[in-house]
Amino acid sequence: MLSRRMGTVVGLILALALGVAACGGDDDSASSGGGGGGGEKAQGANVAFLPKAINNPYFDVAAKGGEAAANQLGGEFKQVGPSEASAPAQVPFINTLTQQRVDAIAVSANDPNALVPALDRASKSGVKIVTYDSDVAPEARTVFVNQADSEQIGRIEVQILGEQIDKKGEIAILSAASTATNQNAWIKFMKDELGKPEYKDMKLVKVAYGNDDDQKSFQETLGLLQAYPNLKGIISPTTVGIAAAARALDSEGMSGKVKLTGLGTPNQMRKFVKNGTVEEFALWDPEKLGYLAYYAAAAVANDQISGKPGESFDAGKLGKKTVEEDGVVVLGPPTRFNKDNIDDFNF
Amino acid sequence: MKLRWSVLLQWEALLVALLVATFVIGSSVAEAFLTGENLSLASADLMEKAIMALGLTLVILAGEIDLSVASVLGLSSAIVGATVDAGVPLSLAIGIALLAGALAGLFNGLLVAKLGLPSLVVTLGTLALYRGLAFVVLGDRAVSEFPQGFTDFGFNNVPGTLIPWPAILFAILALATFLVLHRSWIGREVYAIGNNEEAARFSGIDVDRVKVGLFVASGTLAAVAGVVFTARFASARPDNGLGFELDVISAVLLGGVSIFGGRGTLVGVVLALFLIGALRNVLALEDVAAEKQSIAIGTLLIVSVIATNALRGVQERAARRRSAPSPADQPT
Amino acid sequence: MLARPEVAPAAEPVEEVRLGRRRLRAGALLDLVGRVREAGIALALALLVLVVAVQEPRFVEPDNLEEILLSVSILAIVAVGQTLVVLTRNVDLSVGSNVGLVAFVCADTLKGSPGTSVALIVLMGVLIGAGLGVVNGLLVTVGRVPAIVATLGTLYIFRGLDFTIAEGQQVNAADVPDAYLSLATGHVLGIPTLILFAAAVVVVASFALRRLRSGRELYAIGSNPEAARLVGVPSGRLVFAAFVLCGALCGLAGVLWGARFATVDARAATGFELAVVAAVVVGGVNIFGGSGTAIGATLGAILLGTIENALSILKLNPFWLQAIQGAVIIAAVTLDALITRRLQRALRRARRRRT
Repeated sequence: MLSRRMGTVVGLILALALGVAACGGDDDSASSGGGGGGGEKAQGANVAFLPKAINNPYFDVAAKGGEAAANQLGGEFKQVGPSEASAPAQVPFINTLTQQRVDAIAVSANDPNALVPALDRASKSGVKIVTYDSDVAPEARTVFVNQADSEQIGRIEVQILGEQIDKKGEIAILSAASTATNQNAWIKFMKDELGKPEYKDMKLVKVAYGNDDDQKSFQETLGLLQAYPNLKGIISPTTVGIAAAARALDSEGMSGKVKLTGLGTPNQMRKFVKNGTVEEFALWDPEKLGYLAYYAAAAVANDQISGKPGESFDAGKLGKKTVEEDGVVVLGPPTRFNKDNIDDFNF
Repeated sequence: MKLRWSVLLQWEALLVALLVATFVIGSSVAEAFLTGENLSLASADLMEKAIMALGLTLVILAGEIDLSVASVLGLSSAIVGATVDAGVPLSLAIGIALLAGALAGLFNGLLVAKLGLPSLVVTLGTLALYRGLAFVVLGDRAVSEFPQGFTDFGFNNVPGTLIPWPAILFAILALATFLVLHRSWIGREVYAIGNNEEAARFSGIDVDRVKVGLFVASGTLAAVAGVVFTARFASARPDNGLGFELDVISAVLLGGVSIFGGRGTLVGVVLALFLIGALRNVLALEDVAAEKQSIAIGTLLIVSVIATNALRGVQERAARRRSAPSPADQPT
Repeated sequence: MLARPEVAPAAEPVEEVRLGRRRLRAGALLDLVGRVREAGIALALALLVLVVAVQEPRFVEPDNLEEILLSVSILAIVAVGQTLVVLTRNVDLSVGSNVGLVAFVCADTLKGSPGTSVALIVLMGVLIGAGLGVVNGLLVTVGRVPAIVATLGTLYIFRGLDFTIAEGQQVNAADVPDAYLSLATGHVLGIPTLILFAAAVVVVASFALRRLRSGRELYAIGSNPEAARLVGVPSGRLVFAAFVLCGALCGLAGVLWGARFATVDARAATGFELAVVAAVVVGGVNIFGGSGTAIGATLGAILLGTIENALSILKLNPFWLQAIQGAVIIAAVTLDALITRRLQRALRRARRRRT
C-alpha cells in the first residue's frame, strides 16, 4: 500500500519537476541603460542597496541619499537586507537580487571573503557590484565607495580620545562584527597610532564586539565596566555601538568618568553630548555616502566607469568624482561633532 | 490501522496540492520564480534544514525531540573552520566535525534513554551547551578561507545540470533514511516506541539502544548539515544556523509527523520541506522579509494541526457509528 | 519528549485525588520536595556567590548585586508566567515574540504621542500581551493543538506581526519621555523600580499558586489531567487562563523591556523564550507539569544571571557563558530526576506498607 501511494506521490512530483524544467530557462543578463563608456552625463539604473543590516539608522540615512540620487537620475532604488549583521545572512539577499536581475547591487559587507562566491555568481548573471561603507575582496566588485580614508578614520579616533584622557590610562574598543571589513581596517590603524611614542601611557586592554546589535553592545559595555574598573576611555567606531555605550555609561552613572568617543550620528548622540557623556565624536554624512554610492553604482551599471584608477564620473551635487587606486572612491574627510556644532545637523 | 493510513494518504495529497498551488500562484506573482536557476538556488538554500529534518523525523517519531540540531550545525561548522584554519587537512577536519556531531547525539541519547530525562529539556540544555562550545572553539572570528574544491561542492551545481551538489547528498541521505524507516526492522521499532513505549519494551525491543541510536543519527546528520553550510557560504562561524531548529521542527510537524510520535512518514516531511522552501522563495522574490515569511509558515503549521484534528474527529465519529450502532451507548 | 495526554506519568499517586486524607499526605510530601528544591537552588546560588566573591570582592558590592537583580528582573517576570503554563503540562514558546511585539508597540506609541501617561502605556502593554495569550489559550484549549506546536506557530506569527508593524523603524532613547525610561532606571525608597516590579509579580504569583484554589488546581491539571477532570477541575478554563496570564506578564515585561533597553526595533527579545524555559527548568519546575513554584523559577533566573555576571567580573572567557548555562540546565534536570525517582520509590514503599 505504501508503494502504491508512493508511486502516486512520486509521479506527481516528477510531473512537477519536468514541467518546471520545461518552462525554466535563464533570462538574459540585465540590460544596462545607456550607451558605452565615455558618456559624461549620469543616468539612472535599477540599483539595490544591501547594507550590513536593516533597522540600522546609519544605513537608513544612507538609503535616503540613495533614494534622492535615484529620483534625480530617474532610476530605481530599493534597500533590502538581513536583520542581523552577518555575511551568511546577506548571501540569500544577493541571490534574490540576482534572480530579480537588478542592474547593480551596492553592498556594505559584513565579511570581506564570505560574500565573494555569491557576488561572483551575480556578476556572471550581468549584475554589477559596487561596495560602500565596508568593502569585499577587490576582485569581487568594480568600485568601493569609501566614506573617508580608512587610515584617517582610525587615527582620528585615537587622537580624539587621547585629547580627552590626557593620553593616559586603559582604553577599550567596542566594535561591531568581528569580521566587518571596515571595522578591522580602522582598528588596524588605531593600533598603529597607539604604537606611537606619544601614546605610551595609553593601553588598549580589550576589543569587544557588539555585532551592531543594540542590546549586545549595551551588555558588552557593561561587561567592560565590570571587568576593567580602571577603564578611562572607550572608542566605539560604530553608530549602534556608540549609542548603546553612551546609554550604558549614562545608566551606570559613569558619564564623564569614562570618556566615550567613536563614530555616531548627531541625532542619536545629541542628548549625550549635551549631558556630557560624550564630548566629541566623528562621522561623515551617511546621506552623502548613499548618494555617492548610488551615482557610482549607476555609472558602473551604465558602463561609464569600470573601476580603473583615474576614471571619473558625474556625482550630481557632489560634483565630479575620481576613482583612485584599487577602484576606491572617497567621499571626503570625516567631520568632528561636539556641543558647539551638533545642533547644526539633522541626521 | 486503516484509519491512520487513510488519514496519511489525505495528508500527503494535501501537501502535494499545497505545493502545486504554491508553484502556480508563485509563478504568476513573481516572474523569476519558475526559472531553473531560481529553483536551483532555492533548493540549495533548503538543503541544510532538509538534512537535519531527516534525523529529527526519526527522533520525533520515537516520541522524543531534539532542539539541539542547529547548535550541532554551528559546532560542526566551527570545528571545520578552526581545524582548517590551524592547517588540518580538509577531509580530517570534516571527519572530526562528523565525529563531534555523533558524540553530541550520543550525549543527548544517553541522557534521555539511560537517565530517563525529558528530551525537551535535555536538548534545550544541549542547544545552549553545543552552541556555547562552538563559540569556545572558534571565538568571535569567522573563518572564510577554504580549499576551492570544498566551496565548489557547496556552491555549484552538478556540471551540465541545475542540481546543486548538496541536493545530491541530500537525496542519498534521504533515500537511506527512507529505507531505514519504512523498509527495515529499525523503522518498525521506531514506530512501535513512538506509539507505546511501554508495550514496545515489553515486546522485547531494546528501547534504550534504539533511542540512543536515533539521537546519534540526528547529531551526525546535523554535523553533515554544518559541513554543507560551511561549504556553501564559505564561512565558518559559531552562530551559523542560529534559530534553524524552528524551521526544521516546523517542517517535520507540517509533514504529518505527530509531535507525540508514532505517526508520520518521511515522504510527508520531504514534501513539507519543499513546501516551506517554495513559500519562502516566492515571498523573498517579492521582497518580503524573512520574519514576515514566517507568518505564513506559522499559520500553515497551526491550521494543519487544527485541520487534522477536525478530520480525525469526523473520521472517528464515522468509525464509531459503523462499529457500535447500539443506542444504549453512553454519549461521552 | 512530551507525555501523551492520555498516559499519565508513572507513579503519580491516584490516591492523591480519590482519598482525601491521602491526598493531603502526598501533597504535603510534594510540597516539601518543592521547598527542598528551592533550597537547593538557593544553596547553589550562595555557593557560587561565595566562590566568586573570594576571587573578586567587587562581586558582592551592593552595586553589582543590584546589577545582577536588574539584569534578571524582566526574565523573572516572564519566567513566572511560563511557570503557570508549564505547571499545567503545557509550554509557551511564543513569549519572546510577545515581549518583543509589546516592547515595540509601546515604545513606538510613546514616540508618536509623548504625552501619554506611563500608567496607560503599562496597561496597554499588559492588555496586548494578554490578547496574544488569548490566542495561544484558544489554540490549545478549543483548537486542541498541542501547546508546543501552537506556540511554535504563534512564535512565528507574533514576530512576523511585529516586523509588519515596525516596518524597519527603530525607537531610540531620545524618542521616548524620561518618565517611561525611569520605569527601568528609577528608584523607589532606594530600590530600583524594575526590581520592585519583578518582586511584586513573584509575590503575587506565589500567593496565588499556594493559597488560591485555582492555583492549586493548576498543579492537579499538570500532574494528572484525567483525574483532575474527573474530580471536576475546570481544566479547559484554567489552562486558558494560564496562557492569558502568561501573555499578560509578557506584556508587562515588554513595557519594561522598552524602558530598559530604550533602543527598540522589531528584533527585540528574539530567542528570549529559550532563556525563559531555561530559568524555569533550572528553577525546579517539572516540564511535565504538576510541580514547581514561582519562587523556584525566579531563583533559576537569578542563578543564570549570576553566572553571567560572574563570568564577566572574573574576566573569564565570555564564550564559555552559553556552554555553562547549558550545563547548568542539564545538571538541574538530572538532579530533579534523581530526586523525583527517590520520591517515587519512597511513595511506593509507603503505599506498600499501608496495604
